[in-house]
Amino acid sequence: MLLIPCPWCGPRDEAEFRYGGQAHVAYPEDPAALSDEEWARYLFFRDNPKGRFAERWNHTAGCRRWFNVVRDTATNEWVSA
Amino acid sequence: MRDFPEHPDWLWSSPQPKRSYDVVIVGGGGHGLATAYYLAKNHGITDVAVLERGWLAGGNMARNTTIIRSNYLWDESAGIYEHALKLWEGLEEDLGYPILFSRRGVLNLAHSLQDVRESVRRVHANRLNGIDAEWLGPEEVKEVCPIVNVSPGVRYPVLGATYQPRAGIAKHDYVAWGYARAAAAMGVHLVENCEVTGIEVTGGRVRAVETAQGRIAAGTVALCAAGHSSVVGAMAGVKLPLQSHPLQALVSELLEPVHPTVVMSNAVHVYVSQAHKGELVMGAGIDAYNSYRQRGAFHIIERQMSAALELFPIFARAHVLRTWGGVVDVSPDASPIVGPTPVENLYVNCGWGTGGFKATPGVGWCYAHTIAHGEPHPLNAPFSLERFTTGALVDEHGAAAVAH
Repeated sequence: MLLIPCPWCGPRDEAEFRYGGQAHVAYPEDPAALSDEEWARYLFFRDNPKGRFAERWNHTAGCRRWFNVVRDTATNEWVSA
Repeated sequence: MRDFPEHPDWLWSSPQPKRSYDVVIVGGGGHGLATAYYLAKNHGITDVAVLERGWLAGGNMARNTTIIRSNYLWDESAGIYEHALKLWEGLEEDLGYPILFSRRGVLNLAHSLQDVRESVRRVHANRLNGIDAEWLGPEEVKEVCPIVNVSPGVRYPVLGATYQPRAGIAKHDYVAWGYARAAAAMGVHLVENCEVTGIEVTGGRVRAVETAQGRIAAGTVALCAAGHSSVVGAMAGVKLPLQSHPLQALVSELLEPVHPTVVMSNAVHVYVSQAHKGELVMGAGIDAYNSYRQRGAFHIIERQMSAALELFPIFARAHVLRTWGGVVDVSPDASPIVGPTPVENLYVNCGWGTGGFKATPGVGWCYAHTIAHGEPHPLNAPFSLERFTTGALVDEHGAAAVAH
């Protein structure tokens, strides 16, 4: 089980969290202006690196706040919180 | 139940790779080996290398729960999985090698009114696609699998199940070895310890792969890299709509035969069969986060065990012998991606998520056709990479008999 560094509550068990996937995915400023391909990129394509990955977690059973962390997906080690 | 055959010393040769091949397949798991076999057998293409970074069939092919079924809701899925099931039924004769395909049926349990409605709908959809499917009430479930607890007093009572009698399990290692042996006999090179570290693309066309054993030129490169598809795709500049997750499974100690079929439950979420040797083989859903580590968290196992115990009280005193994890590549609609890419002569077969084993013969057949003809077989045409742009998804998330 991951020990997840919540910036508000400190390290807590993974079972207290919900995963939010890749961080820093902004909603397009003008969705109607996008081509189908650009919309598909926004909707369906996320990074999937073997290595450092900036991701979101929600501390659902704690402070209930979202936060971003960087984790190495090859080792599950936290790179920065 | 059949006896296990003697394990021979060598089933295939392990040649040094040549400098060039017509077709290089990246990934020596079940899908890669089956693809090589059907390239040689169906299309006469034998100048083929299967490059495997570890040992043959040591990834998800060694880690799955070996369930084979074709009772999917959508026509596209039914097409390719039923094609696979028909091939499974004749595979021992075709490969000349025992794979211990055991037709023992699969029960997909329904625990709520909504489950019942979706299940009955799926039975009708299956029948329209020529797939054997029945709806069973709780007492009939008990007849097929006497150890299932169908009492109405449990938290999620069994209200019935869909039943596909032609479903079953097979011995996963033997499947891989059977394909490997038959492909090698037709001239395919199976190269282990040969990680692909780069893909050479010039003028929009794939030219070669860089490997741990040097550069290998290739007319066509066909990816079969499962959980690492994103990593390999990125080497050619192809971004795939995949997320890699750990998926865990476990076995109990060896027990007397108690479980005659395969039972899957979406709502309480566990699937269970009993392997030929006697282990109870169980699996459930993925760990939530992206990871390339072949392990997951224990609370996932714990939930899976509580689900199993509710359905099978007889398991209460069984011991877990071993748990493990693999890395699965999940696509946005929980359907695979099989076909061409924007790079000429580079093909992908990925996104099978938690359900790739059962498709092994079917996808090998169709992927080989795609590679040989430069265009998809009708059965894998719906599973194109373009569907995420056109919107023609094959949405098995929620539609399939079990969650992914």
